[in-house]
Amino acid sequence: MARPSSGVVRPDRALPGAPPPEAIRPVLTDIFQEFAQQIGPSTVGGLVIGSIYALVALGYTMVYGVLRLINFAHSEIFMIGTFATLFVLSLVDLPGPLSGFALIGMLLLLFVVAMAASGGSAILLELLAYRPLRKNNAPRLAALISAIGASLFLQELFALVVIPKVFGLPGRVDAAVPRVMDRDTVFTVFGTSVKTDQLVIVVAAVIMMVALDQLVSRTRIGRGIRATAQDPEAAVLMGVNIDTIVRLTFLLGGAMAGVAGVLYALEFENIRYNIGFLLGIKAFTAAVLGGIGNIRGALVGGVALGLVENWGAIFFGSQWKDVIAFVILVVVLLFRPTGILGESLQQARA
Amino acid sequence: MTAGGAGGVRAARERLRSTSDLVRDRWADALWWQRWLVYVLLIVLAVLAPSPVIGSFMSPYTDWATLLFNPIGIYILLAIGLNIVVGHAGLLDLGYVAFFAIGAYTLAYLGIEHGFTFWPSLVLGMILASVSGVILGAPTLRLRGDYLAIVTLGFGEIVRITAINTDAIGGARGLTPVPHPPSFLGVRFALDPLPYYYLVLTMIVLAIVFSVRLEHSRVGRAWTAIREDEDAAELMGVPTFRFKLLAFALGALIGGLAGVVWAGKVIFIAPTNFPFILSATILAAVLLGGRGNIVGVVVGAFLIAWLPERFRGFADYRILVFGAALVLTMALRPQGLFPSRQRSAEMKDTVPGATLGGEVPDPTRAEVHK
Repeated sequence: MARPSSGVVRPDRALPGAPPPEAIRPVLTDIFQEFAQQIGPSTVGGLVIGSIYALVALGYTMVYGVLRLINFAHSEIFMIGTFATLFVLSLVDLPGPLSGFALIGMLLLLFVVAMAASGGSAILLELLAYRPLRKNNAPRLAALISAIGASLFLQELFALVVIPKVFGLPGRVDAAVPRVMDRDTVFTVFGTSVKTDQLVIVVAAVIMMVALDQLVSRTRIGRGIRATAQDPEAAVLMGVNIDTIVRLTFLLGGAMAGVAGVLYALEFENIRYNIGFLLGIKAFTAAVLGGIGNIRGALVGGVALGLVENWGAIFFGSQWKDVIAFVILVVVLLFRPTGILGESLQQARA
Repeated sequence: MTAGGAGGVRAARERLRSTSDLVRDRWADALWWQRWLVYVLLIVLAVLAPSPVIGSFMSPYTDWATLLFNPIGIYILLAIGLNIVVGHAGLLDLGYVAFFAIGAYTLAYLGIEHGFTFWPSLVLGMILASVSGVILGAPTLRLRGDYLAIVTLGFGEIVRITAINTDAIGGARGLTPVPHPPSFLGVRFALDPLPYYYLVLTMIVLAIVFSVRLEHSRVGRAWTAIREDEDAAELMGVPTFRFKLLAFALGALIGGLAGVVWAGKVIFIAPTNFPFILSATILAAVLLGGRGNIVGVVVGAFLIAWLPERFRGFADYRILVFGAALVLTMALRPQGLFPSRQRSAEMKDTVPGATLGGEVPDPTRAEVHK
């Protein structure tokens, strides 16, 4: 408390505990050494969490592009994906970690179930929480409140009903997910080993995102989505059924969150009813970072956020991770409010 | 069946609207002494509120006077403050709890570490909160709409996480013992909740007077102009940025006040007292009541604080019900229970094609003004 804040500290009067001046140089090199040691693993870790952020961010960005709505309850759609994973794994009674074709089959099964669960709940959410507001032409703030309400409802529904009744676990503590794959080193880059799970997550996320990107930019459905994002009224005049498109947008975004839920559950192996909250905010940050409404921007934003937050954690300690993420958000918004890629869904080339 | 049901709902809505219009017209035509009569009656009611007769009905499960202080009184105070930002100036703030936290921590830290008493801390806490409102607002108020919302949300989280990670203010363990207010006119502030209730009641009355006077001043008109159309306001010579900053600072001021008053009773504070959900709850209170309308805001905050406590019989299920109630209310009455007449007029003005309103300009197209 009473430490002098200014003035030269003479060596003979150095404060107890402070390093003598000649020790400062080694301390600096220590920091650099530590950084050099940690940069590899934290880059890989950043890519892994970044691709999960990106998958969740897709849901925010698509709904925002079409409806101009922050779908606050999207974080709970992600949470439902993680519990769908746990549900499947508790049914199949895993003999132990899988590999080869068994692993791929299991992953596909998990993806399908989680996408169905999350996508289905997203459609229900749209139907119950947002459609009445859309029909009433309600102010956007009302939709935000409705979203917050839905988010609370879903969290509590899981904590009070679903987790105790379906899984037979206490509702408000971590639920453990069994290990599906071994964490062997697949290959080594620059002295950093990349493990099976990390590779699987990044590859799966990239495949899903490329598929979605193609869907939106090449198919008839995608054209409908882009048209609605550009100009809803003109889209209606051109024969686009907006209700279908909105439902579809929620379905696609929800399915992506479901995949993210599977990957999260497999990687961190601990899930609970409120894991969606912080991850949801970060994913939204990622969406804004990449340029909201922009599908490729979600990928860029997610990975950038994951990397920067992990690198920052080397310097400041991992307890400051979340603060780093938010400070970055503020800084990006100040200097480039449209995000890194800027271009948004409604302005994308038709 | 469905058509008849929808028609019934619509008719009921119309009836409700005409009733509220009637009340409003009466109020507008009332003489000064009639208004003062209502004010005095309301204050008498508030003073008598903690009596056990009312309490036995209002709160069969918990001590009524305690409840009246926190959450009811504190929520009302916070909602009045947030209403300045959200209701008057039309800025969406999702991190309002940060100012509440700053006020509470000011009292706790200065009291424990430096022996400050309640009243100087109250002033300092309010100043600190509004300074941090300016610090948050200065860079971010150039953003619009949803971007502002998410940045303020981030600010709330930054404050909370910083409190967890900073050992000088107790870290995750929190701070204790937070000093109580000193005796005032022979009334001791200790365990009895009554003096605290009257303290917060005084603050609420002051805040309401402050807020209403502001609304009808030049500042309030400038805020309305900004809320309606920021570009038009700027063109008409309203220094929009400065007024938005002022709204943030004044909203934060009341948030800080609520924080200090709250911390004065609780003895122990920790970062877990300031979760995001509190920001969301207060925002819900403002919107539920009908933002911009002080009566609506107070009633909204009262309902949101009181209902979950009243129905403690459902114990665990109250947040579940709260969430569902929010969704339902917004579906049936998106403009809030008691919207100000001006707001409902604005609401009707909305272009039908603008999805989900569109009163907040699209941030991706909004220019960052110089």
